[in-house]
Amino acid sequence: MREFSYAKAVDPEEAVRLAGTGARYLGGGTNLVDLMREEIETPTALIDVSGLAQGITETPGGGIEIGAATSNTAVAAHPRVRHDYPMLARAIVSGASGQLRNMATVGGNLLQRTRCAYFYDEAARCNKRSPVSGCDAREGFHRAHAVLGVSEQCIATHPSDMCVALVALDAQVDILGPAGARAVPLEQLHREPGDTPHLETVLAPAELITAVRLPQATVAANSTYRKVRDRASYAFALVSVAAALRVEDGTVSEVRIALGGVASRPWRAHLAERELLGAPATAESFRRAAETEFRAARPSRDNAFKVSLAPRVVADVLEGLIR
Amino acid sequence: MNMVQRATEALNRTLPDRAVDPLSTARRVVGQAVSRLDGPSKVTGGATFTADIDQPGLAYASMVPSRVASGRIRHIDVTRAANAPGVIDVITHHNAPAMDTPVLMTLTAKGCAFTDVAPLQDDVVRWNGQAVAVVVAESQECADSAARLVDVVYDAAPARTSFRGLLSEAVFPADVLGEPSEVSRGDVEDTLSQAAFVVDEVYTTPPHHHMAIELHATMAQWSPGDKLHVWDSTQALGRTRHSIAHAVGVPEENVTVTCRAVGGGFGNKTVWDHQLLCVAAARVTGRPVRLVLRRQDVFRMTGGRAPTWQRVALGAAPDGHLQALVHDSVTGIVHENSPEQVSVPARHLYASDTYRIGQKKVVLDVVPNASMRAPGDSVGSFALESAIDELAGHLGIDPIELRSRNEPAVDPTEGTRFSKRHLMEAYRRGAERFGWPDRNRVPGARRDGRWLVGHGTASAFYPYIRMPGGKARIRITADGHAVVTAAANDMGMGTETVQVQHAAERLGLPLDRVSFEFGDSTLPDSPIAAGSAQTASLVITVAQAAEELKKVLLRRAPRHSALHGLKPADVVFRDGGLYRVSDPAQGVSFETLVGEVRHVDAVGSSPMLPLEFMKYSMHGYGAHFCEVRVDATTGETRVSRWVACIDAGRIINPKTAASQIRGAVIMGIGSALMEEGLVDSRAGRTVTASAADYHMPVHADVCDIDVSFLDIPDPLTPMGVHGVGEIGIVGVAAAIANAVHNATGVRVRDLPITLDKIIDGGAAR
Repeated sequence: MREFSYAKAVDPEEAVRLAGTGARYLGGGTNLVDLMREEIETPTALIDVSGLAQGITETPGGGIEIGAATSNTAVAAHPRVRHDYPMLARAIVSGASGQLRNMATVGGNLLQRTRCAYFYDEAARCNKRSPVSGCDAREGFHRAHAVLGVSEQCIATHPSDMCVALVALDAQVDILGPAGARAVPLEQLHREPGDTPHLETVLAPAELITAVRLPQATVAANSTYRKVRDRASYAFALVSVAAALRVEDGTVSEVRIALGGVASRPWRAHLAERELLGAPATAESFRRAAETEFRAARPSRDNAFKVSLAPRVVADVLEGLIR
Repeated sequence: MNMVQRATEALNRTLPDRAVDPLSTARRVVGQAVSRLDGPSKVTGGATFTADIDQPGLAYASMVPSRVASGRIRHIDVTRAANAPGVIDVITHHNAPAMDTPVLMTLTAKGCAFTDVAPLQDDVVRWNGQAVAVVVAESQECADSAARLVDVVYDAAPARTSFRGLLSEAVFPADVLGEPSEVSRGDVEDTLSQAAFVVDEVYTTPPHHHMAIELHATMAQWSPGDKLHVWDSTQALGRTRHSIAHAVGVPEENVTVTCRAVGGGFGNKTVWDHQLLCVAAARVTGRPVRLVLRRQDVFRMTGGRAPTWQRVALGAAPDGHLQALVHDSVTGIVHENSPEQVSVPARHLYASDTYRIGQKKVVLDVVPNASMRAPGDSVGSFALESAIDELAGHLGIDPIELRSRNEPAVDPTEGTRFSKRHLMEAYRRGAERFGWPDRNRVPGARRDGRWLVGHGTASAFYPYIRMPGGKARIRITADGHAVVTAAANDMGMGTETVQVQHAAERLGLPLDRVSFEFGDSTLPDSPIAAGSAQTASLVITVAQAAEELKKVLLRRAPRHSALHGLKPADVVFRDGGLYRVSDPAQGVSFETLVGEVRHVDAVGSSPMLPLEFMKYSMHGYGAHFCEVRVDATTGETRVSRWVACIDAGRIINPKTAASQIRGAVIMGIGSALMEEGLVDSRAGRTVTASAADYHMPVHADVCDIDVSFLDIPDPLTPMGVHGVGEIGIVGVAAAIANAVHNATGVRVRDLPITLDKIIDGGAAR
């Protein structure tokens, strides 16, 4: 049996101090413990950070700060989130199950790993699990896999719903590490796979996510999250869309679009947003803009449908936000 | 069919039918919606499942699955595993005890396996995931972790793992469960080519997995004198005992198998490698050993439903009269004992002037497929009942009316009379409950907001089966209670409850004075719980025991009593005793009859081989109706209404029976919309080996399911019953496919009906 040490940190500084080589931070454990059971993750030490910053506080600029150990359930249920950032509440409740959301933390959600079946199967080749071993998904089954931000080495999908909303909301991630504190935009937290799919984020060893900050965004009050999947609940997205929209005189004056289920990381659809700004708020222009985003798509045999499905969903969601 | 079978059938047709069971119409206890007696213990955690059972000194086993589909083990090194903390022993083909070949499952023999190769007896790998070693350790965690440290080098050989790629090599099996692999009448292709209306399409279904919530678990303990006790989550207590005794080479009477509760079987809780390996591990280590499959092991070490390819071609006259019916099919199997009998429904559902109905096989190097809820019928009906719906569309005839116009007077391929057949009555009643006249009539025409709304219907069908053999004991205690005892199996379907109901009715007792003891091979042997046959098989045996009990009790009747000198035919069980038929006021209570002794026992045996279904066409029928909603943008499909009206003979307990149908409909919804076992043909490995990757319905996918029964007894069956476990899934996938077509105009002929197939079909905007 693989033994590991366990320590519960009392504050972030202690957590960082305890995190030596081979350590992993433990939040709700809803993903990490599964990965440990399969020996895909084999930490020698677990630093339990689930008791650290919990809760949601107002920030001076009118935004909110969410402690990294806040449960997904608590975030989705918070009045400020429901009122000012409804896409975030909806993204969270569309993911996992009530039981899992009660356990899962915000920090953990940001760092959850792909559900590619080949990543989970030690008999399969996987560049993410075992660098330079090859990718069995590319020529195998990959209906759920990514079409944006993929590489020859990896086509795995980032599985989070919450992150899709967060990236649309311009979230900032507060990080504490041995070298001190820093903040990065969520959009820059996750890396594209490139030649190093095993490197999934820009976090350095022992760096700990301490909080997520959402700036004030008036447009986000008119926002939503739509998740398209193979069953009504408890399934990862085939395509998901987080969107916020403001229309003035029939013209798009502000828009946020982010995509899940289609990309290697939470995907902000900048190309589509740019195309839409100042464009007529019609189904046709919504769809055309979304299609722009997918011009760079690199679909494979089983997931090509996403390239046509996703723009339809984007258009449908934006149309719904006009009404 | 061989000559012996033909002769038996000919002789059998001349035998008189059994008398109608007088309890067929009894309503005091039978027919009442009694809640499951085991319900409270199941929902409070009080029930003991196999993996819950502990023993002093228990050791834990974990299996090492192979990583190639075919080939040999060149080298296996257990050094690292054996030296890992807590490891007691590592067993490979080098040091495994000798085991005999497992006996394959058939209806008549006592075998219970779907693989006929004993594990760890040689260096040959037969499928990807087959056990190549077992690690035994002091804890489950130690065993699981050390299992990863067994180093195996394979010489992989080419493997046959792509069903679709091998279709051209399909050949006929020797038979399909004793029936000819193909039956035909007339020149069906010629008739087809001249028919006014033709449907000629190919339908395909993927591998499915049973996905019982309880993982397979076994605990084995040897004791002096070569005695072996096995606790196992099995749906075939007696056969499991026989299989294990045969494999390990000890007399059957040395082996006890215990199983009080099973968390779902569906045809897959039978004998696989893990029971034999658990027994071997207990033998080698001298410890009691528990072996629980991990979820991925269930996918890779136990078999599911075979993949199928089916061509259905129908030719009809303008009035809907069927002139030609072709059902050519191929299933991807391992052994012919489990052929995935997709051609069965077409043999019995429709009259057609000409027909050719049959199935071929492709043998694959995968974990042997097993029986899965309504094997064959379930996915076979998807093809047949989709095609019937397509034909109805071409003809412009209501699909129910089309079926009505092709109702056969006798069994269409066997020519035998029906023991009972109320299919059209099921349609009539189901249509009424569903509101079929208000259905959407033009595909794609009905819309409710973002949803395209469609309606579909299809026939349910399942053979009546009664298993041969089996015994039951009835004990009447001094306080006038009855204890019915049979080995039996309850996988959660309500066996205990309905047998208590049956015995209470049969013995003239209130429910609370009857109990049912089961779940141990030391009790009177019972048949396997399979083929939806357990209720009928037990009822006839208990009925026989009740007749024996009359004799025993009459012998004890006091000299001066009202019963003295009477024969069994002169008395009936009623009001807690035996009463004269001729004078219902005259009788003696059980308490008096038992008298001074503590109890009186009587044992009954299953009276004769189940030959009735050779003489008659005996099947259950039903009608499924559903409404689906398909998102016009995304193609997401949700089932919003369901009505199932089932003709499955007399219903002993409408509550537990409806639960069986409801569960089957849910399983069918899964097969229609999401279940898909994916085998990566490069390594022959099942990729969808978790509950996350192998989707089945969650609560949000399931609507209210309205279940009703015609409740018409079959005069030829014990108490008039048919099975209700499997019939409910048959026709479900077709009803949904038909409704999706009705909603969208897109016909999906390849299960599961996922949104990409609907989008590709052009439905969504």
